[in-house]
Formats: sequence, C-alpha cells, structure tokens
Amino acid sequence: MKREMVCIRCPKGCRMTVEYEGNKVLKVTGNSCSKGKAYAIDEITKPVRIVTSTIKVDGGELPVVPVKTDKAIRRNLIFDVMAEIYKAEVKAPVKEGQVILKNPAKCGADVVATLELGKVENAGNKRA
Amino acid sequence: MIEKRSIIIIGAGPAGLAAAVKARKSGVDDVLLIERDNQLGGILKQCIHNGFGLHVFKEELTGPEFALRYIRKVHELGIDYKLDTMVISIDKNRNITTVGPEDGLRIYNADAIILAMGCRERPRGALRIPGTNPSGIFSAGTAQRFVNIEGMKPGKTAVILGSGDIGLIMARRMTLEGMKVKAVCEIMPHPGGLTRNIVQCLDDYDIPLKLSHTVTQIHGRKRLEGVTIAEVDESFKPKKGTEKYIKCDTLLLSVGLIPENELSEEAGVLIDPLTKGAVVNQNLETSVEGIYACGNVLHVHDLVDYVALEAERAAKSAVRRIKGKSKKKSKRLMVEAGKGIRYTVPQIIDKTDKDEKIKIYFRSSSILKSARVNAVCKDKIVYSKKFRRLVPAEMEYINIPAEDMKGRNIRIEAVAK
Repeated sequence: MKREMVCIRCPKGCRMTVEYEGNKVLKVTGNSCSKGKAYAIDEITKPVRIVTSTIKVDGGELPVVPVKTDKAIRRNLIFDVMAEIYKAEVKAPVKEGQVILKNPAKCGADVVATLELGKVENAGNKRA
Repeated sequence: MIEKRSIIIIGAGPAGLAAAVKARKSGVDDVLLIERDNQLGGILKQCIHNGFGLHVFKEELTGPEFALRYIRKVHELGIDYKLDTMVISIDKNRNITTVGPEDGLRIYNADAIILAMGCRERPRGALRIPGTNPSGIFSAGTAQRFVNIEGMKPGKTAVILGSGDIGLIMARRMTLEGMKVKAVCEIMPHPGGLTRNIVQCLDDYDIPLKLSHTVTQIHGRKRLEGVTIAEVDESFKPKKGTEKYIKCDTLLLSVGLIPENELSEEAGVLIDPLTKGAVVNQNLETSVEGIYACGNVLHVHDLVDYVALEAERAAKSAVRRIKGKSKKKSKRLMVEAGKGIRYTVPQIIDKTDKDEKIKIYFRSSSILKSARVNAVCKDKIVYSKKFRRLVPAEMEYINIPAEDMKGRNIRIEAVAK
C-alpha cells in the first residue's frame, strides 16, 4: 500500500510517500530529515499528537490557564483526554510546567500549564 | 520636557520583545519598550497551540511558553518597559508622544525607533457579505481570545470563512471544546494557511475544507441562524446553482491580517501597497532615517520564529546606527517582484559591504511545483535557487551575495521547471 502525507513535525511540511504493508512501513521517500521518517512510521502504526487546551482556574488573574500534554499522545485518545480536561480545575497561583493532570485517560503523558498565572481576590473575567 | 532614549521599540509582542532583548544584549542600556496592552507578549498569549520555537529555540513550544522565554529575558536584563501606554504619534525627527495612566502625556525622542506594532484582522465590513447583522460573527482572533483567555465558547455550531492559520487553529480548538465545525470555506483555489495546519486541524477531525467557496448570505436577526455558501468561478464570482444553506450559530472570519501602520504613515514612512508594510532596505530601515520596522507590521509572517529573527536584525541595525557605524547612503538599488512573485522584503538595497549577503523574503503568487527562483540583473540571471514547492501561504527567502549584483537593480522571478 502507498500513502501520500505531509509531515507536520515542523513548518517546512515535507510531502512524503510511504509504502507499507498492514502495520509495517517498507519505505519512506520525500522526507528531508530523520524526524520526517519517524513521523511517517508513527502515522501508519500509531498516529500521535500533542494536545493543547485550557483548564479552569479558581481564584486566578484569568478564568482559565493554557495547558498541553507534555508529550505527544495517541490520536485516538484525544477526546478521552479532553473529557478529563473539561472536568479539571486548578487553584491559583499556577506555575509554568506545573502538572495539573497526571496521566489522564492513561494516555502516557501529563497535562501541564504553559503559562504562569497569579492569584487575585476578585477573580472573574479580569484581564491579567 | 522631552525624554531622550537611544532606542524605543513600539509594541511588545514577539517582534518588540526580540528586538528589545537583542538591543540590550548589544550594549544599549536605555532601551524603552512601549506596549498598549496591560501585559507583555502580544498575540502569543492567546496562541495556546504548539508549533512555535522550532527555529529559534530548537524545540516545540506553545505561544505562551515562547513569549515567557522572552519576557523572562526582558526582566533579567532589566529592560525598561511601559504597559497600558499608547503611542499617539511619531514624527520624522523621531519624537514619540505617548499617553498612559501612570505618566499621563509624555514626549520622548529616540536615536532609533523600531516599529513592532503587528497586525489587526480584516473585519466583516471589508468583505461586503450580504445579509443581516446578527451576533455570532467573529474574527478568528476574537474567538481565539474568548476561548483561550476568557474561557468562553463562542457558540455551538460554526462555519469558518477563510483558511488562514488562525481560522484553521480555531477549527480544531472549537472542535476540542465540543463545538461542531461544519465547514471551512476558502475563496481561493488553494489554502491560505500552512499545510501542517490543514493536516492536524482539519483532516484529523474530518472538517471539510471547501476551496473556491465563499459565504454569499448571512441569515438570522438577533443571533446568526445560518449562512449560504457557494462555489466561485475564476473571477471569484459565485456560480449560480451551487448555493447551499448551512445551519450554524457562529461564523468565524479568518480572511487576512492588515499591518497596523497608521503611526508609521504619520511619521512619513513610505508604505508598500503589496505588503501594506513599510518599504525597507536590507537593514530593515524605512524611508525615514533611524526608523526601522520588523515583524507583522512590516509584512505578515506565518512563523513567529521568523518574526523574532527579523526583529533581531532590525535591532542590530538600530544599534549600529546609534554607535555611529551605519554606512553613508549611496546609490539606492531597487528589488522588483517579477513574474510569479507577489512581493519581496526588502524592496530596496542601500550601500552594501563587500561580503554582505542580502536576505530577501518573498511569497510566490501561485502554487509552483519544483520551481526556480532567479535574481535577474539586466536580463542576466545572477543568482538562482531551486525550490521543491512554492506556496503563497508559505513565506520563503533567498540569500544573494551582494557582489553578484554589481550595483544594479534586481528583479526576483519564480519559474516552474
């Protein structure tokens, strides 16, 4: 089998052709670095993505804090992880890199804050 | 009283931050950064997705993380900045008038000014879509702010007009937040955003991208109830009989960015009608001596990494000027956007060093597979580079050795092989 794909590991967006049989990759062409080949193999065997979203903050300068999975997770788990993210809430202050959810939906990654957020008394939609 | 500064930078988004850090690190200790928002970082604060920093930091960061790296440097280096402060005018003698809640009205004079004001989004009014004027129509960036900073969903079902990167990113973001994105319509026959965003924001979530389609009617009185979309012909006119009604309560517009150059124009800075940013030379100096421009106020970028690198170049030129090392003006050469090229930055080249390489950014005017980009002087190709693919949505650059130009005007052309 043959599949055309665009590498998303960097903004260069190499157009690659992958030859594969079932779950086994035979040949990758069109990539300009080793990351491209790894991406192509992942896409055929187990597509992964970094998920970014926001989590509710209690008593923060802003009502939500941006978060990400600290590594790429299986694509088919994205909505399971999002379900955990909806339910979560964190108390201000929040530090960059602070783990907010540990291994949600057994995805193999932690959800961490990507911004620092201070505490305020009258939290609401106040801008930081 | 006029306060004197060596370098004043207007705007503390990625361009302004990177310029300030570079200028301070080059030994200028009275840099002033002026920001009208109440925090540093600009638009990056709401760009919570990943994909930033691959060139500058060699790792993949989210927008807030990318901004934080620079903000921390600003603090470490003790760079002076003003928040909530609006520049209300600049003149050609580099006087800057500001207003802010702490200082009231203030006038500064700078030896060099770096313009880093960024862009604003093209609004609905610029598109002239017929129909009613209900709530539920947002520019993509406004919706991004609602979701990512204020924690609010703009609606339940959405259509996105325009396939710019912010629109694509928001298609995924709204889907993750439980909204249904029914379609992304793009009037051009090719996408407006990066290919990687088509893949990971639309394809991953089965969101249809309708190329050569536009919104022809807006329906609903108080709240948006739906839109009519239609296919367009080569002259972008809707084709009869292709109209389709899509029920939705939200319409996002991701139809382009406009560099915010009102201040620049007031100072007499010449604007390029193609980029809508300043005309600059290879040192990113505008037509007004001592005023430099970088980032999205100069031309719309796809990657924040390129914004930061460009800002560093502008800072380097400004530092050279205040240290009295900028070269005397000599014969000015023109860079022309020729066949297949939409625009170039810089547009002019001033006297160069012998071994200087001139970095010219450009966008192609259409998709070209396996193309050559040539620099032509007097019908002779003096420089040529191969590109596997040129897409208008993706900015590229070439580095031409100055000596190859032999003091003549050049034309940049893209030709399919």
